[in-house]
Amino acid sequence: MNNTLNYQQKTLLQRLNWQDWLYALIVLAGSIFAFIKYAHYMDAYEVTFLFGAALLFSYLGWQWKSLGKLVIGVGVISLASIALYQGDQTRATEVFFLKFLISSQSAIMWMNVLFVLAMVTYWFALYKRSAFSANVASALTWVAVLFGFVGLMVRWYESYLIGVDVGHIPVSNLYEVFVLFCLITALLYLHYEQKLNTKQLGGFVLLVINAAVGFILWYTFDREAHNIQPLVPALQSYWMKIHVPANFVGYGAFSLAAMVALAYLLSSKGVLTSRLPSLEVLDDLMYKSIAVGFAFFTIATILGAMWAAEAWGGYWSWDPKETWALIVWLNYAAWLHLRMVKGLRGPLLAWWSLIGLIITTFAFLGVNMFLSGLHSYGTL
Amino acid sequence: MRFAVSLLSVLGVASVIGTVLKQNEPYENYIVKFGQFWFAMFEYLGLYDVYHSVWFLVILLFLVISTSLCIYRNTPAMLKEWRTFKDHATEKSLRAFSHQATFNLTADYAATKQNLLHFLNAKGFKYKIKAQEDGSELIAAKAGTHQRWGYIFTHVAMVVILFGGLLDGNLPFKVQEMLGYKRIETLDLPVSKVPPESRMSVSNPSFRGNMTLSEGATHNVAFLRVRDGYLVQELPFAVGLKDFRIEHYATGQPKSFESDLVIFDPELKEPITKTISVNHPLTYKGIAIYQSDFQDGGTGLKFNVWDLFSPSDKSRELTGAIFDEGTLGEGDDLLRVEYNDFRKFNIINMSPDGKGKPHNVGPNVTYKLRDSRGQAIEYVTYMQPMQIDGKFYFLSGMRETVQEDFRYLRIPADEDLSINGFMGFRAVMLDQSKYQEVAKRIAKKSLGVSDNPEVKKQFELSLVRLLTIFAQGGYSEVAKVIEQSVPEKEREASATTYIKMVNIAAYEAYNMGLELSNKPLLKNTPETEALMRDSLNAFSDMFFYGAPYYLQLNQFEHKEASGLQLTKSPGQKWVYLGSVILVLGIFSMMYIRERRIWLYLKPSANEVHFAMASNRKNLDFEKEFSLYREQLAGIVS
Repeated sequence: MNNTLNYQQKTLLQRLNWQDWLYALIVLAGSIFAFIKYAHYMDAYEVTFLFGAALLFSYLGWQWKSLGKLVIGVGVISLASIALYQGDQTRATEVFFLKFLISSQSAIMWMNVLFVLAMVTYWFALYKRSAFSANVASALTWVAVLFGFVGLMVRWYESYLIGVDVGHIPVSNLYEVFVLFCLITALLYLHYEQKLNTKQLGGFVLLVINAAVGFILWYTFDREAHNIQPLVPALQSYWMKIHVPANFVGYGAFSLAAMVALAYLLSSKGVLTSRLPSLEVLDDLMYKSIAVGFAFFTIATILGAMWAAEAWGGYWSWDPKETWALIVWLNYAAWLHLRMVKGLRGPLLAWWSLIGLIITTFAFLGVNMFLSGLHSYGTL
Repeated sequence: MRFAVSLLSVLGVASVIGTVLKQNEPYENYIVKFGQFWFAMFEYLGLYDVYHSVWFLVILLFLVISTSLCIYRNTPAMLKEWRTFKDHATEKSLRAFSHQATFNLTADYAATKQNLLHFLNAKGFKYKIKAQEDGSELIAAKAGTHQRWGYIFTHVAMVVILFGGLLDGNLPFKVQEMLGYKRIETLDLPVSKVPPESRMSVSNPSFRGNMTLSEGATHNVAFLRVRDGYLVQELPFAVGLKDFRIEHYATGQPKSFESDLVIFDPELKEPITKTISVNHPLTYKGIAIYQSDFQDGGTGLKFNVWDLFSPSDKSRELTGAIFDEGTLGEGDDLLRVEYNDFRKFNIINMSPDGKGKPHNVGPNVTYKLRDSRGQAIEYVTYMQPMQIDGKFYFLSGMRETVQEDFRYLRIPADEDLSINGFMGFRAVMLDQSKYQEVAKRIAKKSLGVSDNPEVKKQFELSLVRLLTIFAQGGYSEVAKVIEQSVPEKEREASATTYIKMVNIAAYEAYNMGLELSNKPLLKNTPETEALMRDSLNAFSDMFFYGAPYYLQLNQFEHKEASGLQLTKSPGQKWVYLGSVILVLGIFSMMYIRERRIWLYLKPSANEVHFAMASNRKNLDFEKEFSLYREQLAGIVS
């Protein structure tokens, strides 16, 4: 009978300990608090979303304990920050803790700084083969993600301080989605880092994240894009709240895959081979990442079509953004097809996923810069 | 499948062309851009509306057929794989597997078998036991074969989505056009004059058209834009617009566009009244009505017209309305005024570095002045003075062709923020009878001039001459005279002197203008000096303004028109259905892993043979195999 117990997998509920239940309780308590306080502003959908989110985050936190800690951390710090505001936006530049740490602007700046530090540390760890440095780098990335989410949460609150009719979720312009992109890419990477123990890849993934950080800094200092702008009528829709984040899970995952592909190509050419994970692991990670990206990108595109049907009068107008989304989709569909149906492996797929990033970047940024259309919400 | 992939590639390339080449522009733009030869070539290829060109639709159709065939051919095999346990495996074939192991059976046979089945159950495998001829038993197990549905779903989804898309394309019209029953109309005709072959009946299954409704108007047709022309789409009801509203945020950016619509249908007892806005369309009889844009609906306008080159400081009235025409002047100098557009709000970023916040600078009106030869100049004039670098100006832009940017005349506003100060100044500057008076006043104030009558006379004479020259063309006229009559070396010095004198004269002229209209006079301050510079610049620029009239918008009666989009899209539900199937398919394809396990129990040799396979070999499978091998070894021995 001993033998049977060895292989018997415990179900999720059996595996939970008291910390997990405490976590779920806190999340639930938070949503009940929100419900009691704001129920009269919410319609049935929003109440469903509220408690749906509580369930979802409990589940995610149980599956991935570190995420649970992040959720609590973001919640506590965001609430602290909001409490310090006392409903007055000018306090962001007056109160010490807000000004230097957790106002939305400062938190996002900390995120930027920490991402840069994390990248340097990851590369140092790779060079020195130092497990300790790699752990430090990983921790820095986590803290960067924490600050980033706090920044977005507080920005959300801040937008309501500007005016009740101005308030909106911070995923409405290029500045905000770039922050979101950094966070999602980093989270996806951290997930795989824990699961597959691939801290050697952090330096690679943070390359693309820090490219985005560079953009955020330029956009902030040169264009003052961090100022909160009210929503144009076309963006005033519930679809935005799901379409944009779903898309950025896609973009983030594709970027992650491309960076892993870069590591794969270097390793297969004998560069850093001894320091990087084996080619099989890299290949597997690249596949998983593209699979996640593809699934979310599909959903995001469908959501986009449904939104377009409400806002632009047709689910598909061959708008440049739509068309390029289709091209990106076809590109990764072909990639997955070749791998899954034809069983293709090796450098070709790595090159492909690297080039895929160029196509994705064009769909994300290039279309905004060079082609005009209906989807001109983030112009440069 | 290769065929399908090639089609998809062509589709991808065609789509890129469609995004790089701007679609559905007026054809003149393409001719200007590409020249006649390439324009005709591209038109032949249908590149101006790639996504509705015949060849693009044919590719889509082929894609549907090819994918359907693919599904038809592969589904039986997929379903078989989904159902089967593959219990025909023999001991020999199992030993040929790449992932296999043999364990020595040391425990009790029956108990071991029970444990193995328990193991398979615990891991989520379904199994089938098959007795072999030699007394051995084969347990064939499978898990995750639902993955096979993923293939079927994704491919069916593509067909369903493309089918829905084709339903919503304009295929019926394409066919009727090819057969000669329908043709697009390219002339700008009133709706009633559009011939029947350019009208689509109420029964047209799918369309996407536009309607522009002025406040108070009612229409029962929409316009479908096709290539360089249009079709008239008849509607089973009429749409009326009661009111159109734009709401703004405190910062001036638009917050919402709303139209109060009324639907009139003989089948209805009472008309339906509903407000639509962006993101909130109204659907009636399968036709969705969207708020798409807005424009002017014939705003009534009242202007003060100034004759720029007449020495009068009085203006006269002119009334008109957007889309109407009027006249100015007479005889050979008659100008037709075409009122083109009125905008109540103009959100402009006026800060010099472009970093400040944009704000509303008030209404403007766009009009054309056309002379007897048909030449037109387009003007855009702002009603209220705008603040630039802390000072207020009336702005009016002009251009001769649409390709050009507007060049602006900046007229400085006076103390009351009105244009009258400048106009009075301008009148004095143009009135030769007043030059002597101006000169006299200056001479009186100038030291050393007023004492000597000879010097005084000389001084006044040269001032009058300067003013006469200036009145003929501003600074550029003065520069011309200097160039003709002053030696090169002294030009700069005399130019400086002239500018100084003109500025002093302007001060007097401006004050004389104020005197005439009984306004308080200007004091000699730095602000006044700046005002004089601006006034003289405006006076000089007047000669390049292209018309002898300045139309100062005085009053308006705003009337708006709402731009509606009307869509009938029977394919939409198919596309959504296909999308749901697609998502289901993708998830089952990627997140369900098909694995098979065979356990060959051979009591005669005290052996249990274990083999495992997956249709997709990857790291997860390797890990799982190693784990199972270890755990099974524990059970068997």
